[in-house]
Amino acid sequence: MSTQAEVPFTFVLPKEKAPKPKAIVIAGLVKENPTLKMVLGCCPTLAVTTAAPNGLGLGLATALVLTMSNFVISLLRNVIPDKVRIPSYIVIIAGFVTIIMYVLKAYFPALDKSLGIYIPLIVANCILLARAEMFASKFGPFSSALDGLAMGIGFTIALFSIATVREILGNGTWFGIPMTPHFFSPAVLLILPPGGFLAFGIVMVIMNYLTRGKVGGDVACATCNPENSHCAPDSILGGKA
Amino acid sequence: MNELGTIVGQIIITMLSAILVENLVLSRFLGMCPFLGVTQKTSTAAGMGVAVAAVLMIVAALAWIVNVTLLVPNNLEFLQTMSYILIIAAVVQFLETVLRKFIPPLYKALGIYLPLITTNCAVLGIPLINTQRGYDFGMTLVYTLGAGLGFAMALVLFSGVRERMAKSDIPASLQGVSGALFAATLVSMSFFGFQGLFAK
Repeated sequence: MSTQAEVPFTFVLPKEKAPKPKAIVIAGLVKENPTLKMVLGCCPTLAVTTAAPNGLGLGLATALVLTMSNFVISLLRNVIPDKVRIPSYIVIIAGFVTIIMYVLKAYFPALDKSLGIYIPLIVANCILLARAEMFASKFGPFSSALDGLAMGIGFTIALFSIATVREILGNGTWFGIPMTPHFFSPAVLLILPPGGFLAFGIVMVIMNYLTRGKVGGDVACATCNPENSHCAPDSILGGKA
Repeated sequence: MNELGTIVGQIIITMLSAILVENLVLSRFLGMCPFLGVTQKTSTAAGMGVAVAAVLMIVAALAWIVNVTLLVPNNLEFLQTMSYILIIAAVVQFLETVLRKFIPPLYKALGIYLPLITTNCAVLGIPLINTQRGYDFGMTLVYTLGAGLGFAMALVLFSGVRERMAKSDIPASLQGVSGALFAATLVSMSFFGFQGLFAK
């Protein structure tokens, strides 16, 4: 619907119509959940899920950046030349990440400290570039913002649930509040680096089992595979002839 | 003489801790995409590892120069993330063009990995860590070299594990990335033994 807004440019737009809002939300939260189904953005998924507040914080920060970057990229989709689109997207994303970074520094210093370099690293998160390339560059600004929000919330839910399990089992607390009976001794391994791989591995196995192996597999982080990469398209500055 | 000894000692400690204790992939979780995506075969893993290590060195050096000569004197530190990512994009594109034109065999070996490096968080992470820790130019190069070597080593070691896994009979749900994650748990655990190798 919003695709009709930019009348002078409609002739450049692809015929494809934006999906309905409900479909966008369901895709972001469940059907194409960026972490659980597309397996994008594994670095933060493994790194910051040691405690529930960290998972929630980074998830929401990413969701905000994704919503705004999708909105702006969609507004500019007919202005940005195709050949330099990837660097343009990266600059737009980096701008919003910088804003979020300083907002967190000012208002949530404790969160900023525990997330550390993973906040600026949102720039290099595959999810942002993938959504810009797969959604925002094709559809109108409002559908794109909604898509960013839905994908971001889907990402947040995944991070938050993994972080919750890791914090309760690994540290015996949730948001710092003791949760387990005194005779339970926490499995410290889960909040250490190897535990990140273990927890995510278990989540992937469950997802694979539930969907009969249709998920993850080699689509997965292998989106960054030389043969089928849609998070890093053919050439970064679009220079490949 | 004694002073030289301390410097050499510091270099060795920084290097070893970057390779073993703070291994990019196995304890910092940077560069997970290539770690899970291109480790099915040792040859591709080694190619990716070398390409990332080389790009890292160039990017870290340029990022240090830009930060110290342009950003800090003008109070533009808030542009660090943006300038580093642009440096990465530019270096990757430059290398791709130059290698294709002048050193075709090397391009053939490493070319396909180059575009993937732009969204590799390890390449952005290392300059950010260097800046955060306030390393001088020499230490930046030493730490970056260590991090790059550690990355390449983790990829090659892990690809060895995965090559063996491919030959064994494992349940359907555990094939692909999920099984790889369990293998990574074990590799990461063995690296965890290096924690506390050097007193902080």
